[in-house]
Amino acid sequence: MTAILSETIKTKPSARRDEETAARLAVMSAGATEGWSVANREAALERVKSMGLPQPRDEYWRWTRPASLIAPEAPTASVFDPAETPIFDAVDRVKVVFIDGVFSAEESDPLELAGVSIERLVEATSDIHWASELYGKLEARGQSPVERPLAALNTWAATDGLLIRVTGKAEKPISLIYKHASETSDATLHHVIKLEEGAELTLLENGPAAARFNKVMEVDVADEARFHHVRAQGRDHERRAATHIFARLGRESLFKSFTLTANGVMTRNEAVIELLGDDAMAHVAGACMGDGDFHHDDTVFVTHDALNCESRQVFKKVLKNGAQGIFQGKILVKDGAQKTDGYQISQSLLLDGDSTFLAKPELEIYADDVACSHGSTSGAMDEEALFYLRSRGVPMAEAQNLMVIAFIAEALDEIEDEGLRAELLDRLTGWLDRRRG
Amino acid sequence: MLEIKNLHVKLEEEDKQILKGVDLTVEAGKVHAIMGPNGSGKSTLSYVLSGRGGYEVTEGEATLLGEDLLDMDPEERAAAGVFLAFQYPVEIPGVGNMTFLRTAVNAQRKARGEEEISAADFLKLVREKAKTLKIDAEMLKRPVNVGFSGGEKKRNEILQMAMLEPKLCILDETDSGLDVDAMKLVSDGVNALRDEGRGFLVITHYQRLLDHIKPDVVHIMADGRIIKTGGPELALEVEQNGYADLLAEVQ
Ligand SMILES: Nc1ncnc2c1ncn2[C@@H]1O[C@H](COP(=O)(O)OP(=O)(O)O)[C@@H](O)[C@H]1O
Ligand SMILES: [Mg+2]
Repeated sequence: MTAILSETIKTKPSARRDEETAARLAVMSAGATEGWSVANREAALERVKSMGLPQPRDEYWRWTRPASLIAPEAPTASVFDPAETPIFDAVDRVKVVFIDGVFSAEESDPLELAGVSIERLVEATSDIHWASELYGKLEARGQSPVERPLAALNTWAATDGLLIRVTGKAEKPISLIYKHASETSDATLHHVIKLEEGAELTLLENGPAAARFNKVMEVDVADEARFHHVRAQGRDHERRAATHIFARLGRESLFKSFTLTANGVMTRNEAVIELLGDDAMAHVAGACMGDGDFHHDDTVFVTHDALNCESRQVFKKVLKNGAQGIFQGKILVKDGAQKTDGYQISQSLLLDGDSTFLAKPELEIYADDVACSHGSTSGAMDEEALFYLRSRGVPMAEAQNLMVIAFIAEALDEIEDEGLRAELLDRLTGWLDRRRG
Repeated sequence: MLEIKNLHVKLEEEDKQILKGVDLTVEAGKVHAIMGPNGSGKSTLSYVLSGRGGYEVTEGEATLLGEDLLDMDPEERAAAGVFLAFQYPVEIPGVGNMTFLRTAVNAQRKARGEEEISAADFLKLVREKAKTLKIDAEMLKRPVNVGFSGGEKKRNEILQMAMLEPKLCILDETDSGLDVDAMKLVSDGVNALRDEGRGFLVITHYQRLLDHIKPDVVHIMADGRIIKTGGPELALEVEQNGYADLLAEVQ
């Protein structure tokens, strides 16, 4: 089969786009003016200018209104202080705290971990740096065939973030904690993570970060390296977030990412993953629970460009009281990527008639010896199962919670570490119990 | 202990009357069997007693130890002592059998103001009861009824019954789809629960289950009514002659 790869989905020129892009750029500036990153940042600014910021008519923004994410000022978001121990608190980890997008040395652990170098982006101001090969580079690769202007904007303007280079097996996770303190904060963070051959790292993230949060994470996973990512997005009801993960995978490498989202008025999580080495494996999963003023969008693009790779996308959404869930997921299998095993499932559990779930699953395959499957479902809670549980004495609310957890289980199972999985499950159960109590 | 008087039930969504005046009393310590042709309303009766939605009681009453059952939510009925072994046990992907059992046991204890069972005691109890029903540990770990064979599902129902120790056990065609060995296991499980304080309502199509679980009273149900009540010999009569004669007799 000949490779006729889809053309880049170009944004259409529009006066409104130009205006809104200019207005946004006018209140921002380059995140650094010296050192190696300047060139990468300038290139990113050029990308932003040529693409323009997202508009509602853009192919991948039809279901998620970009306005609040590109407005010059962040819409305010009040700070939510749930009376509970912060997530991952019990995990032995290296804690790195950002408050409204600014690194806090005071609250963080020393940035030290055997086999890993951890550096602040803004402190890496030398002219030559390993990260220059990656910073904005994976993001730039990910701009085709679908443009992602908010990520380019981030590369240009990011004011903080970490450069993490992993040479061995990290003995404990690095845990990024994003605290939200100001109702008007607008944070732009950019992390670069490079796993050398055979290296292994678990990265944890949690917290709302800011009233509005733009985050990019570029991850380079070399041959036989393993990267685990577990994230719990902050529960501030009014917070907004646009996040991107760009990952590149080498031979026999592993990439696993799981995101739990509860609350948040607007979330757009994009993952752009390229499997470039044979026998690599990428799993991206997410579970969200939205109640009321909640819009959650998972936009995933997985490219198979090597032999015998496996990818899984598993996304579950529990929605009620008018909450909205979006899934846009694509598997692209390039010519020659034989023996590809691609799987994609997106499902929503609608707890009432007001909530909506929209899904756009896409497969584009140019190799002939592949197994790809995808499915998307949307439905109410299974009444038969509910009755069965209740007939055994389980009260309605508890029965519903069991069903919600059961629904989410397939996504949670994508977390490899049993302790982390148990912790998230515990949290989820607690939130459910309280919500109904 | 169970008193059903003149129970009339129709479908909620449709103008279809299914139970047309059921009268039935089950005493503690007794096993009552209900037999009857397909579609006569046996499952409906069991569902209405356990509180499934979709039905509307238009007349009559049902009480358990003097308490009005029809007014309660399904979970309240369970706490009051009603247990239905389903004709078609429901599969619940994602909910572990053990989690389910423990949640149920503790929920009922809580509803009765009793203390929750400890994890260790629970485990011991389940293992013990599972063993007699030849339910292996693997089955307990799997999601509720998912991937279970017909026989495994039915044994799982009896395990739940044994764990929950209800006052009124309703078995809806628990024998259907069982081979001889499984039938023996299930019957032994039921017989082990026979007790002075417990009543049984065993719904079945065939006499063969009643060879194992000996009934005290047999009722024949047809077209939404109990048309005849007798001793164990009534089941044999049905086995030999079918329902035709009985039906003709009534008309
Ligand atoms: N939910 C339902 N929807 C439609 N018809 C029903 C429903 N439940 C029961 N029925 C009808 O009521 C009658 C009695 O059914 P059922 O109680 O299952 O009988 P049995 O268990 O004796 O075979 C049948 O005609 C059946 O089709
Ligand atoms: Mg039936």
